[in-house]
Amino acid sequence: FAQAARPLGPYDTKEAVTSYQQATTYNNFYELGTDKADPARNAASLKPRPWTVKIDGEVKKPQTVDIDTLQSWFPLEDRIYRMRCVEGWSMVMPWLGFPLAGLIRRLEPTSKAKYVQFTALLDPKQLPGQKSNVLDWPYVEGLRLDEALHPLAFMAVGLHGKVLPGQNGAPLRLVVPWKYGFKGIKSIVKITLTEKMPKTTWALAAPSEYGFYANVNPAVPHPRWSQATERRIGELGRRKTLPFNGYADEVAGLYKGMDLRKNF
Amino acid sequence: MSTGDARPAAPAAKAPARGSYQPKRKSAPLGWLVPAVTVGGLLPIAVLIWDAYTGALGANPIQRATLQTGLLTLTLLVASLACTPLRLLTGWKWPARIRKSLGLLAFGYAVLHFLIYLFDHGFSLSVMFEDVLKRPFVTVGFTALLLLVPLALTSGKNSVRKLGFQKWTRLHQLVYLAVAFGALHYYWGVKKDHVPPLIYVGVIAVLFATRFIKRKPTKKQAGPEKISPA
Repeated sequence: FAQAARPLGPYDTKEAVTSYQQATTYNNFYELGTDKADPARNAASLKPRPWTVKIDGEVKKPQTVDIDTLQSWFPLEDRIYRMRCVEGWSMVMPWLGFPLAGLIRRLEPTSKAKYVQFTALLDPKQLPGQKSNVLDWPYVEGLRLDEALHPLAFMAVGLHGKVLPGQNGAPLRLVVPWKYGFKGIKSIVKITLTEKMPKTTWALAAPSEYGFYANVNPAVPHPRWSQATERRIGELGRRKTLPFNGYADEVAGLYKGMDLRKNF
Repeated sequence: MSTGDARPAAPAAKAPARGSYQPKRKSAPLGWLVPAVTVGGLLPIAVLIWDAYTGALGANPIQRATLQTGLLTLTLLVASLACTPLRLLTGWKWPARIRKSLGLLAFGYAVLHFLIYLFDHGFSLSVMFEDVLKRPFVTVGFTALLLLVPLALTSGKNSVRKLGFQKWTRLHQLVYLAVAFGALHYYWGVKKDHVPPLIYVGVIAVLFATRFIKRKPTKKQAGPEKISPA
């Protein structure tokens, strides 16, 4: 896949893409180690095939589906998204995958479904970081149903035109570009439609620091550091962080009337 | 508890050199010690510069450099605090001779750590003051740095003379507060993996405990040569 040959889509950023080398060696994936370089070093233990994804909860068609089958349901698209980590750094990632909305619609949520919960693989053999209890495993993330149905919400299976590497969450990960990176759960094995707000991993680990919504917001500092600026990986200086990571025009409407200082 | 084993080991290690050609008591048998500690302590700066130049600091070199200089500060502070307990436990004299160098090196890395932080934020003093005032994580780190300033300024022998041993000792007890704040700064700085900062906290606690346990017997022999805040 030649990135340059493709005309940019409506959701793509024109900003310079982070190199494959940097995007695959500077990762937060605690299941493969807590140092940024650990996931790339330890990724070989993660086996992304064979792989199944269980779909359950408030859906008309609960099922367990093979990753290749699931992938074949949708044409793969490129999306060049900004990615802003809660730690104050950012990248520009050329993902390959399909919109989450298409998958959710295909599963036919019942009228009770209000949230989507994602669960990552629990297997200390494949994910040796799970031998440490630094977080409560398995990693769980979630979105409100309307967030999940937003056209920006994306399921990635590739990066830079290649199959998604283990350290980036092979074989299937969530990408929500207007939220902090930790919402982008990796190596998903279960998708559950729920009536109640899912209890998500980081919000459980440090509720005063990480909320369920985790929308990128320069006006709401992390208790230990400001979120007003960020370092784009590959640059020395810092740049201003934009509300909703620069996707405010697209997504601000989802949060109309909500106090985003409380719902951080 | 290992004191009994360690004591005989110390003279034994030195015995061959001393016994063979009986030097005139003390002079400077370990004259190389302070220069070696200084060079060794400055070596990480060269490594840091080399790593920055070759790209070995990774995708976020400033963050890595900040972390490394912070860790070096804490490690050297802990090493300087280990000198007195080590002397008390083993009877060795040499730890006291490198304590000042270790302390000054720690201060140097703390300043470097702070300068990298300032560089990271475009040398914006308003950002710095906001961080210091609003975020306890930064407040304790900044306080630790401030506490080290008077200690670095009075690290010379002249200062001991000028201030008097008692006053100087009191002043330099600030290092306990500085290292505690430094460790807290590290603990609050990590996102979730608290094991590495807790290792430092553990080591610091052991060093403090050693001083308290060992304090009594040394009080009598405390004199101007054996400057020890303990």
